[in-house]
Amino acid sequence: MIEANAVYVIVAREYKRFVRERTRLVSAIARPLVWLFLVGGGMSRLVPVKGGLSYMQFIFPGILGMTILFSAIFSSISIIWDKEFGFMKEILVAPISRFSVVVGKAMSGMLLSTIQAAVILAFFPLLGLDVGFFQIIGCLAVCLVLAFAIAAFGIVLASFYESYESFSVIMNFIVMPMFFLSGAMYPVKLMPSILQFFTRLNPLTYGIDALKHLIFPLEKGAMSADFTLAADISVMAVAALVFVLLGGKAFERKG
Amino acid sequence: MIRVENLVRKFGGITAVDGINFDVEDRTIFGFLGPNGAGKTTTINILCTLLAPTSGKAFINGHDCHTESSEVRKDIGIVFQDNSLDKDLTARENLVFHAHLYGVEKAQRMARVEDALKFVDLYGRADDLVKTFSGGMKRRLEVARGLIHRPKVLFLDEPTLGLDPQSRANLWEFITDLPRRHEVTIFMTTHYMEESEVCGMIAIIDKGRIIASGSPQQLKNTVGGDVVYLKTSDNRKAMEEIRGLFHVEPAEKDGEIFITAQKGDDFVPEVIRRLSERVLAVRMQKPTLNDVFLKLTGKEIRDETVAAGDDIKQMVRAYRRRSDRG
Repeated sequence: MIEANAVYVIVAREYKRFVRERTRLVSAIARPLVWLFLVGGGMSRLVPVKGGLSYMQFIFPGILGMTILFSAIFSSISIIWDKEFGFMKEILVAPISRFSVVVGKAMSGMLLSTIQAAVILAFFPLLGLDVGFFQIIGCLAVCLVLAFAIAAFGIVLASFYESYESFSVIMNFIVMPMFFLSGAMYPVKLMPSILQFFTRLNPLTYGIDALKHLIFPLEKGAMSADFTLAADISVMAVAALVFVLLGGKAFERKG
Repeated sequence: MIRVENLVRKFGGITAVDGINFDVEDRTIFGFLGPNGAGKTTTINILCTLLAPTSGKAFINGHDCHTESSEVRKDIGIVFQDNSLDKDLTARENLVFHAHLYGVEKAQRMARVEDALKFVDLYGRADDLVKTFSGGMKRRLEVARGLIHRPKVLFLDEPTLGLDPQSRANLWEFITDLPRRHEVTIFMTTHYMEESEVCGMIAIIDKGRIIASGSPQQLKNTVGGDVVYLKTSDNRKAMEEIRGLFHVEPAEKDGEIFITAQKGDDFVPEVIRRLSERVLAVRMQKPTLNDVFLKLTGKEIRDETVAAGDDIKQMVRAYRRRSDRG
């Protein structure tokens, strides 16, 4: 009971902070829209359309993945802020298991990221995509699983760093490569094999692939999904489990 | 209520706590004193289950702080040296968060939060964000938070650090009242010696070892009387003379000779009359806990160069980072 309470209150705290920080909200929504319409819009003219998807439509699942990647990592990396500003101590001396702390943090990342992804998802009619009700529900479910896995991964990352100077290191050397090696901007099947190798190791790849399945299930050509939906879901579920356990382990350590 | 046995904690090559022992009785105020880097915070972190001891044992309310950490955590409240409130939440939200974390029953949760806010005089500001609070208000809120789950022991690590004198005085008044009002044992650290007068028992720690313990009065008695400070035209010669004339061992610090004398009032005119060096200035002090420290270590607690203390902190931090990664 106390553990469930703890998870609840950790999520509630993150949610309160999230809705209070207007600038974070605006920038969280603005970034994917900039990529979608400025990068996607520009590239659409370069990439020839052969009857199927436009480039802007093709990157839509990738942009949803990006929204989740950034917000879930950001949410988990806030652990470093909590360490730096002392609040983490309040949590660590409480009579709750470290595992509950990790689950609470991962669930915060999951919920906040999915809310943001849902906002971006609502832009689908502007792109000329036709997404039905059940597809939307499916997309949100995929977002929840993906966001949990990414947030848990972020917690593992955060456990290696003590100060917020490391934030830009994480952004430049982990988050950006994860984004580019995820099939978000170009189909995995068209990548050179060395990049394909890294892309296949990236949990984000499978989340984006699942979204491709759901958003344009009928696409057949180069821009279609690269793996089966079942494989996508399994990989994400396993990644979520592995990272949350690793995160729990990382927190268990005493100095 | 608290028992510490041969506690040792090493960080790499540095021994931060070097075999300390002490007991703290229920519903008393225990003062843990020492300069920066003496091992106070390390000891608190072990007692609070945040750090494992290298060897030795620590118990709170009969529970081992290392092996029974969840029992211990239920019994303790902590006010850390560095503020640990969430500044983007309101005062009330911080307290409610804490009540949830410690599993306070739903039926009592709101009432306890309200009580705590009234108790620390922050009821009127309950719904303001903590980042708008002054240093003193944040401290009081932290004390209130530490008491929400009715702990048996409340730890206060340098509670007055960075507060103005007015807030410090107010906070002490409030802390002194806690054992009676909340049936709680208080374990506090400070490096302001004068603040520890409120303690029932004091232990003084320096370089990881406890060098003295007792009630404030007992400790002051060990100084052996009043302290007389002299400024003379030639301190070195004057010290020679004093040794010969009074059979006491004077010491020098900041251009002043200081001597402990049983009856300072008699000693002052005597020394001025008999000393051949010209006495430029004289002052006398009744013993304070600062003098106790000065006598035990040969230096004042506060001018223990802050840099040296910080160095040790830095080293410990660097060590912890390395071992965290490994």
